[in-house]
Amino acid sequence: MATTTAPSRPASARRTTIALKILMAGTGLVFVGYVLLHMYGNLKVLLGEEAFNTYAEHLRTFGEPILPYEGLLWIVRVVLVLSLVGHVYAAFSLWSRAGTARRTKYAAAKTAMRTAWMRWGGVFLILFLAWHLLHFTILKVSPNPDATGPDVENNPYELVVASFQVPWMTLIYLLAMGALALHLAHGVFSAQQTLGLTNTPAAYRRAKVVGHATAAVIAVGFSIPPLAILFGLIK
Amino acid sequence: MTETTVNAGIAHGLFTEGDKIADTRAPAGPIAETWTRRKFEAALVNPANRRKLSVIIVGTGLAGGAAAATLGEAGYNVKAFCFQDSPRRAHSIAAQGGINAAKNYKEDGDSVYRLFYDTVKGGDYRARETNVYRLAEVSANIIDQCVAQGVPFAREYGGLLDNRSFGGVQVSRTFYARGQTGQQLLIGAYQALERQVAAGTVEQFTRHEMLEVIVSEGRARGIIARDLVTGEIETHLADAVVLASGGYGNVFFLSTNAMGSNVTASWRAHRKGAYMANPCYTQIHPTCIPVSGDHQSKLTLMSESLRNDGRIWVPKRREDCDKDPRQIPEEDRDYYLERIYPSFGNLVPRDIASRQAKNVCDEGRGVGPMVGDFRRGVYLDFTDAIARLGKAAVEAKYGNLFDMYARITGENPYEVPMRIYPAVHYVMGGLWVDYDLQSTIPGLFVTGEANFSDHGANRLGASALMQGLADGYFVLPNTIRDYLARGPFEPLSADAPAVVEARSSVEERTRRLLAIQGERSVDSFHKELGHIMWEYCGMERSEEGLLKAIDLIRGLREEFWRNVRVLGAGDTLNQSLEKAGRVADFLELGELMCIDALHRRESCGGHFRAESQTEDGEALRHDDEFLYVAAWEFAGGTGDGEMGAPVLHKEDLVYEAIELKQRSYK
Amino acid sequence: MNLTLKIWRQAGPRHTGDLVVYKVKDISPDMSFLEMLDVLNEQLNAKGEEPIAFDSDCREGICGMCGLMISGEAHGPEKTTTCQLHMRSFSDGEVITIEPWRANAFPVIKDLVVDRGAFDRIIQAGGYISVNTGSAPDAHATPVPKPDADRAFQAAECIGCGACVAACPNASAMLFMGAKVTHLAELPQGQPERMARVVSMVDQHDHEGFGGCTNVGACSQACPKGIPQDVISTLNKDLRTAMRTGH
Ligand SMILES: Cc1cc2nc3c(=O)[nH]c(=O)nc-3n(C[C@H](O)[C@H](O)[C@H](O)COP(=O)(O)OP(=O)(O)OC[C@H]3O[C@@H](n4cnc5c(N)ncnc54)[C@H](O)[C@@H]3O)c2cc1C
Ligand code: HEM
Ligand code: HEM
Ligand code: SF4
Ligand code: F3S
Ligand code: FES
Repeated sequence: MATTTAPSRPASARRTTIALKILMAGTGLVFVGYVLLHMYGNLKVLLGEEAFNTYAEHLRTFGEPILPYEGLLWIVRVVLVLSLVGHVYAAFSLWSRAGTARRTKYAAAKTAMRTAWMRWGGVFLILFLAWHLLHFTILKVSPNPDATGPDVENNPYELVVASFQVPWMTLIYLLAMGALALHLAHGVFSAQQTLGLTNTPAAYRRAKVVGHATAAVIAVGFSIPPLAILFGLIK
Repeated sequence: MTETTVNAGIAHGLFTEGDKIADTRAPAGPIAETWTRRKFEAALVNPANRRKLSVIIVGTGLAGGAAAATLGEAGYNVKAFCFQDSPRRAHSIAAQGGINAAKNYKEDGDSVYRLFYDTVKGGDYRARETNVYRLAEVSANIIDQCVAQGVPFAREYGGLLDNRSFGGVQVSRTFYARGQTGQQLLIGAYQALERQVAAGTVEQFTRHEMLEVIVSEGRARGIIARDLVTGEIETHLADAVVLASGGYGNVFFLSTNAMGSNVTASWRAHRKGAYMANPCYTQIHPTCIPVSGDHQSKLTLMSESLRNDGRIWVPKRREDCDKDPRQIPEEDRDYYLERIYPSFGNLVPRDIASRQAKNVCDEGRGVGPMVGDFRRGVYLDFTDAIARLGKAAVEAKYGNLFDMYARITGENPYEVPMRIYPAVHYVMGGLWVDYDLQSTIPGLFVTGEANFSDHGANRLGASALMQGLADGYFVLPNTIRDYLARGPFEPLSADAPAVVEARSSVEERTRRLLAIQGERSVDSFHKELGHIMWEYCGMERSEEGLLKAIDLIRGLREEFWRNVRVLGAGDTLNQSLEKAGRVADFLELGELMCIDALHRRESCGGHFRAESQTEDGEALRHDDEFLYVAAWEFAGGTGDGEMGAPVLHKEDLVYEAIELKQRSYK
Repeated sequence: MNLTLKIWRQAGPRHTGDLVVYKVKDISPDMSFLEMLDVLNEQLNAKGEEPIAFDSDCREGICGMCGLMISGEAHGPEKTTTCQLHMRSFSDGEVITIEPWRANAFPVIKDLVVDRGAFDRIIQAGGYISVNTGSAPDAHATPVPKPDADRAFQAAECIGCGACVAACPNASAMLFMGAKVTHLAELPQGQPERMARVVSMVDQHDHEGFGGCTNVGACSQACPKGIPQDVISTLNKDLRTAMRTGH
């Protein structure tokens, strides 16, 4: 009897837009985890040069001798790069899909700010990241004419302090933190929704709160050191 | 001869009388065994042969959707048609209250027999016993089926299904899903249908309107349909055709039915030889939101449950009618239902509540805006209920209805009494069918509201959904196989005379509607027809009024075919053209309804004849003369808008399992 | 009241369309939005212009047939369907832009009428419980806890209007699909096919050309039945479980 209900096309859960979203949520959460740790590390600036530099050094020697020097750091770097590739791939796939899903736009549209934030905000974050890595990891250049030279560049603490004594530098970072906060306020909620953790109205509200709280903590936490330096609390 | 022996209709040459209907095909024997016997006697179709048999189903509401899914599951080749963009939108979706079933889950004395009894009595003894009994019998299976499909009926904390009592019956047998029972049942049937579409047994034709039946060598063999998007006229052939096209309450223009509900499918079949039974039986629902002006396109029903706590009144004096109701003192109010029916008060049956509302408005004591020459509305006042129960309790019970009222009228019913007025709601009449749901055209079956159904002269609340699903899931699939077992029939070719005739008549009609290019819009004709029907063939009918109505309708129909303006082309989506075809058929149906109402010189159920009432104005039935179903045969007039005098065939009603009684609500 | 309407007119699926300006006078605030369009159509008909095509059937807010984008808001400014929107929600002299739902998966048929057949095909892909007529056990055989039944009911209230797609910046149909998946997933009867259902439906959704969801939530805000965004979470969770269990 013709009562079978097999789908006409072999479908795979892995090849759906929701799978892409799950990829984005997973990688996004990796970033969140990283950023939280990074923020924690940065806050050590407040404890002074030694605490900060020891921490930076500790990151590089962590797990020795099982891991080589900078072993953990490289693992983290690889994970981060792969996550970034995944995250950006998923973001752009969905972005382009959305573009083709509505080719004729509304004449009278209420603009969807949130998608714009997420997408352009994400692009801004990438640009910031490139700048940030050039600045602190790859080139290690100090923008501060008063504090240059290998002494500064090879001393993480010095480099940080020297950099944020420059107002425009601090401004760039603060803007980036703003973008990050916006990205995370929605992103952290969104990741919970994507992972299916918000199945009741209460869980849904909680997820929104968690999103905003995470964003606030990260933005504030990251902003403290640069501001403290700019206003001369740390020298 | 006295007036009662020569029927006014015959006297005026409006109809003639033909042979009685001799056989309804219900097996003889005790009523409780009839259905079992019929199922056993109906021939079986071998599963391998089912694939070779095809069925066309027009309509995907509860009746059609359920049948299409079930026949698809059985392995027949099914084609299902609807004029909406998806089967899920059929008018069944709007049903609010609930669905009856003799489950006796409350252990309150319900049984198949009691549901059967209540339905026959509620129908004022104008329904066929065997059909009603079967309906009650299969009702329980409907609930099982729907629950298994995932229909989210209301449940109690123990996880079991909840029931309520509905429409004044004394047992709680109504299953419900908040105020959206019809929606949930239809979605269940729709999902079952879509499953069969995916399985390839059902082919679904949405935005298709059936415009003609193909009857070849005395059998229904297919339909002509218009693809409403491309305008293409298509021929679809099959071994049997099922009409599940719903009710025709929209002949009144304003009704609680969906905008698209129409009679076209039934009427085309009627013109091809299917009898139309009891067309004048109309149910008018008392608690609808009144008309607010000429722009009104449809009426909205509010649940009857409002009458449990609201008190209905109008001012005693006409002068008070435009006053703020809160300023009218108690002694100047007329709580007319409580006054006339002290024991039932505001809870009298639908037809009585409706008729009395019309009476007080006709006396000039209606309230609300002037519509035409009258104010058409009465107050439904919750002031006492709010004082007695508290606003919170009233809100908990009726909050969503109050909100709906507020949204539509812009008034706050907690502050100002609501206004209500009766509106056309359901038609008990429809195509005549035998026990097998087969019309007088072999191979043409009719289910749901489209058939003349199991409700006699009046339908109980929550029984239409039951009937639609009973027909669709359980009755039709069993009876149609007896017919299909004789197939597959000789294939019809596209140039067979019956096909060519049906096709060219549709093409010609479409062409003609577009060619008239007159002065008046389709809607203006529809409104005028609705006005005539409501005035003369609505809540109260009289010989004089009906004769006048027939004249008016004929005049209007003649004008329609001369002066209607349908713009646009036939080869695209053209909503005016769709409406024009429907209104053209309503213009013919309206006349038949008036003739039927005229010939039935008694009051029964939803049909109230002014000439047939007791001294105190109550409906008076005449079982001696009218204990029959009036099945009308179309006569004469092949051209559009032409009708000869129809032929009346009587199907005598025999009550063996139930004793005949007069209703009384005093 | 008097209004200026800018209405999308498009002769057919393959024609290009345009916003056309119409003026209507003496509109009563008691009219529904669609009755206001009926009035306009009568005027157009009288002038010999073809009336504007738009969909509606029940005009009670339950069939899901109607649906217009009204000045950038799906079903207009109130949380209800277009047919239940009344003119008292607008002010005299207002300019109102009326457009069809926009999504590639909902091609325009004519004027304001779109083809939502994609929704039917998503349901065909698995939005049902496989039970043949007559094979059901007694309705009381499987009790359903009331909270589950209530959530199933809430999700089942979706009327398939498509406003969620129309409002979503990604033209995603996740709310519609989430509602169906949640309705069936909350019930014991829905369990056997739960994983296969979600994969097949999402696959069909993507295949139809709807966008992916980025949890914007505009859908829920536009939904006349208030279907909450958490049904999308359930949908996501079921898909993730399906992925984990090898579907
Ligand atoms: C507001 C309201 C509330 C109600 N509440 C209740 C209630 O609580 N309980 C109850 O029991 N009953 C109720 N009823 C009555 C009940 O809803 C209907 O009688 C019943 O749903 C009719 O179902 P059906 O399947 O026969 O027809 P419908 O649901 O009307 O379906 C008709 C189908 O036929 C199709 N069709 C029609 N003509 C054509 C054509 N020419 N070509 C192609 N397709 C065509 C349509 O597209 C549609 O799919 C209510 C009715 C109304 C108006
Ligand atoms: C090129 C860079 C980036 C782009 C284009 C980008 C884009 C996006 C987009 C479009 C989303 C989905 C938004 C939504 O669901 O509504 C998203 C989610 C997210 N992003 Fe990014 N992003 C980028 C970088 C980052 C960075 C650097 C971080 C962390 C520091 C981050 C963290 C997150 C998180 C946590 C989510 C939530 C995951 C989810 O939505 O399920 N993103 N991103
Ligand atoms: C005010 C804010 C920030 C400050 C002061 C800051 C500071 C630094 C410093 C000093 C380093 C070099 C550490 C080292 O080499 O030991 C570094 C590395 C890095 N930072 Fe930041 N950072 C900030 C914000 C961010 C943000 C928001 C992100 C990500 C979104 C980020 C991502 C990184 C990465 C990926 C590295 C490279 C780590 C590696 O060596 O692999 N930083 N940052
Ligand atoms: S989820 Fe809401 S908006 Fe979307 S189709 Fe269903 S009812 Fe309409
Ligand atoms: S608006 Fe669109 S992005 Fe998702 S949450 Fe709703 S479908
Ligand atoms: S017309 Fe049915 S929901 Fe609007």
